[in-house]
Amino acid sequence: MIALLFRDLRLAVRAGGGFGLGLAFFLIVVTLVPFGVGPEGGMLGRIAPGILWLGALLACLLSLDRIFALDFEDGSLDLLATAPIPLEGVVTMKAVAHWITTGLPLVVAAPVFGVLLHLDGAAVWWLVLSLALGTPALSVLGTFGAALTVGLKRGGLLLSLLVLPLYVPTLIFGAELVRRGAGDMATATPLLMLGGITAATVALVPFASAAAIRVNLR
Amino acid sequence: MSIWEYANPKKFMETSAWLLPWVAALAALTLVTGLVWGFFLTPDDYKQGSTVKIIYLHVPAAMMAINIWVMMLVTSLVWLIRRHHVSALAAKAAAPVGMVMTLIALITGALWGQPMWGTWWEWDPRLTSFLILFLFYLGYIALWGAIDNPDTAADLTGVLCLVGSVFAVLSRYAVNFWNQGLHQGATLSLDKEENISDVYWLPLLVCIAGFILLFVALVLVRTRTEIRARRLKALEARERMA
Amino acid sequence: MMPDLGKYAVTVLGSYGATLALLVALVGVSLWQGARVKRALQAQEERMGRRDG
Repeated sequence: MIALLFRDLRLAVRAGGGFGLGLAFFLIVVTLVPFGVGPEGGMLGRIAPGILWLGALLACLLSLDRIFALDFEDGSLDLLATAPIPLEGVVTMKAVAHWITTGLPLVVAAPVFGVLLHLDGAAVWWLVLSLALGTPALSVLGTFGAALTVGLKRGGLLLSLLVLPLYVPTLIFGAELVRRGAGDMATATPLLMLGGITAATVALVPFASAAAIRVNLR
Repeated sequence: MSIWEYANPKKFMETSAWLLPWVAALAALTLVTGLVWGFFLTPDDYKQGSTVKIIYLHVPAAMMAINIWVMMLVTSLVWLIRRHHVSALAAKAAAPVGMVMTLIALITGALWGQPMWGTWWEWDPRLTSFLILFLFYLGYIALWGAIDNPDTAADLTGVLCLVGSVFAVLSRYAVNFWNQGLHQGATLSLDKEENISDVYWLPLLVCIAGFILLFVALVLVRTRTEIRARRLKALEARERMA
Repeated sequence: MMPDLGKYAVTVLGSYGATLALLVALVGVSLWQGARVKRALQAQEERMGRRDG
């Protein structure tokens, strides 16, 4: 399973997209937002949590259709399905690789983007924390969507339609956590809910993804 | 004789052919009765004026929007566990009905909200969660449409329905937490003091019954269509092979 | 015959109109699809020369 993880990471890096692409997309979103809503610092700071979370969501979404598509086309997914490790493990590792290439860079770079959008000191750390807790759930749910649409020729738009509604709870609690953190309000509830959703998602959704892949390989 | 007998498509076609006219007639009767009663024969509310009449559309549609999803969840489970084709097709047949019900609830809610809350749309928990439910219906129907192989489509949409149900419920609570609502609480719970009075309640019950019967009739019609379409596809395939 | 809807006439009538239009459309589409598939299936069965397979 670890070998599979490293294989996926190597492939992502070699394909040239990997770490950079999601991050670059994130940067573009953050650059474009002030053009859209005006350059006032106060307003930007207020909507920054939402913008950054939406950016993370979209950056995550962009790379989803590649999770299984390549392996499905060249047949290595069939090999993985018959390999001695359970398919659930394969799916989890795929999600982890996706998270390391898109989620993790965002978490690390979030303070910089927070500064760009005038997010004040304490809130930046809440942002990092919320992204670190929330993005794994985004990757795992995205893997589920990718598993559902793996056999389809043009699954991209459908994939967004399937996956985005599943992101609603994570987005709500993630953005709420930053907002409350920035406003010095009680943060325990969104923090626990965000962590709980991620934990449950990571634990349970791979079974659904693996089931979907088995159906698609039939 | 058990309920699984109806999982046989032929048996289902026979029974539904016999049942359909009755259900359809009953649905039309109750729906017309309830709506005419509600629209023409109920007094205005002292606070809401004549807008109270919208309740006869809004509440049944909203109830059906949720219950149809539950019905799809049950039929999807039956398909995934016992592999009865009729069950999967019934889920497929119900989805567009559920989507229209959600749309009705949203539209009547927006029209009602305009004079009552002074805005067409408010990011209120109930409204927002219905919007999310609408998105789930869209995704579910789109997935059915995108996959060619009917068994694969049934399996994948079934899995989507299971996961979607969990997240729809989760979204409901998340949205509740995210914004306090303007929407009033339940109007139908039997143990509450501030329930609506019988004048409104009785026609509402009739309307709810009418919506349920209409849904049953529509699902029967649509499931019959799906079964026929499946058979047509199979015959065409056989013809090509021969 | 028509009840006095007061100042909310547009709201109430709009709601009823929109709902009935949607429901009629749904019923219409369902019936139309049903009839179309039924015809196609009958034609196919006749072409293949047997009633049941």
